Amino acid sequence: MLKGGVQLWLGATLTLVFLAAALLSFVWVPHDVEALSIADKLRPASATYLLGTDHFGRDILSMLMVGARTSIAVALVAVGIGMALGVPLGLLAAANRGSLTDEVVMRGNDLIFAFPSLVIAILITAVFGPSALNAILAIGIFNIPVFARVTRGGALSLWTLDWILAARVAGKGRVRISAEHILPNILNLLIVQGTIQFSLGILAEAALSYVGLGAQPPTPSWGRMLADAQTMIYTNPALAILPGLAIVIMVLGLNLMGDGLRDFFDPRVRRARG
Amino acid sequence: MLRFAFTRALSLALSLAVASLVIFAVVEVVPGDPASYMLGLNATPEAVEALRDQLGLNGSLIERYAGWIGGMLTGDFGTSYTYKVPVADLVARRLWVSLPLALYALALSTLIAFPVGLIAAARRGGATDYGIMGATQLGIAVPNFWFAMLLVLVFAVNLRWFSAGGFPGWAAGVGPAVKALTLPAIALALPQASILARVMRSALIETLGQDYIRTARAKGLSRRQATTRHALRNALIPVLTIIGLQFSFLLAGAIIIENVFYLPGLGRLIFQAITQRDLIVVESLVMLLVFAVILVTFLVDIAYAAADPRLRRGP
Repeated sequence: MLKGGVQLWLGATLTLVFLAAALLSFVWVPHDVEALSIADKLRPASATYLLGTDHFGRDILSMLMVGARTSIAVALVAVGIGMALGVPLGLLAAANRGSLTDEVVMRGNDLIFAFPSLVIAILITAVFGPSALNAILAIGIFNIPVFARVTRGGALSLWTLDWILAARVAGKGRVRISAEHILPNILNLLIVQGTIQFSLGILAEAALSYVGLGAQPPTPSWGRMLADAQTMIYTNPALAILPGLAIVIMVLGLNLMGDGLRDFFDPRVRRARG
Repeated sequence: MLRFAFTRALSLALSLAVASLVIFAVVEVVPGDPASYMLGLNATPEAVEALRDQLGLNGSLIERYAGWIGGMLTGDFGTSYTYKVPVADLVARRLWVSLPLALYALALSTLIAFPVGLIAAARRGGATDYGIMGATQLGIAVPNFWFAMLLVLVFAVNLRWFSAGGFPGWAAGVGPAVKALTLPAIALALPQASILARVMRSALIETLGQDYIRTARAKGLSRRQATTRHALRNALIPVLTIIGLQFSFLLAGAIIIENVFYLPGLGRLIFQAITQRDLIVVESLVMLLVFAVILVTFLVDIAYAAADPRLRRGP
């Protein structure tokens, strides 16, 4: 069997399809998503509108493509924020294990973990106004402790190894060892965690924009499309089904890829899981 | 044990203090004056001044913070600007929808996850196991508010077994109220049940590989007996941890789900307050939710330490 198994390949394929659709939407979509044409509203699927149109006559397929762009952008930047701040903090904590710095970083982590993330995201967007940027910040903040914890855990086990000791004997400082030896060796952990946080970010963005606290119209987003479809669920159920399917398939793809990557990097887990 | 409880209580107090500071600060940095922000563009200066006074905005930063916290500690959460009633009254009424909903969902999630996880672990590696694992993978990927919409579509629109939303109130009887909460609770429970079933399965599989299980089998217990008498109890520790954590997700998830079903709970209250710029309600409600979640985490920690002395040592 392929290393990483069916999961990895299925997951990666699904993810790539959505990435490709999102990238393609920058240069081409079947129909302009900002052009409203009431005459064409609520059309069923046809050759012109492959998945039909919504209540403003916008093409659903085009909306889904641009919506993928919104979701992916929000989740990806939120993961970026989490990594950019969390990884250095985790490295710092591990390099100074047991010190005051370590203690402060870890207790700070516990504190953020204790907060219900969605509630705080709601607070942030309520006060600063709903926008995709504030959604990114709200989701990103909660990624910081996740990456800090994973980084610290991975780094701590490396610091006990002989070849790291050798590097210290050779006169390298803690910062240099962290950057040159620790970081490259925990990259696989970070990639796996990044995939998981990416999929959680997609779900969080969908929930926030569903309640109107994410990307604002006319920017299409999957959550927003679902919110719009809710009032028409009796007459046009397809409008409520398609964006949800997009979310599920994208998240499923990312989760499968995450699990597959974990097995790929650490085949022992696969055997132990059986 | 007492020492452990004391240090946990200390960190609980610290978390709450920091949480309140963060929430206070976030609301404090609202661009411009909260009073004019709440009243909108057409407010007269007198009205703004009167509201500033009512909100206690004329004191210093420390006075205001102390006033807010002091009020919350004595059960005075301020007066809602839009509803003109004490926030505490609003919350108390809404809590009777949100809390039963979260508990209902927690019960459902546990009732589904236990047998499912158990069967998957017992049939490990078989077709049933793969089927269950696939289904839970799907359950985790489904956004609960979308699943809620699908439930409405199937059970309210097509089958007409349930109403699509609304809440008759507990005064109308327990039956109708529980019925109104059933679809929302199922929607909330699905992703949590999927996670819980996976945790249950892996915890059981790990426990079943322990030496004391082999000993139990060696002294003549059947696989089933060994599982129910010895493995199940020990596998429950990680499962209970997750159940404790899930309460926080369920409470937060209820906020979103209530919007799908038009339930008059805390979630609807928060969003109405946000759209009406009723910052007092938003501030107090968020603090209350954070308090509930931190408190549950604390209680779970204490419960474990009481059950398992090994957990009393610090992290």
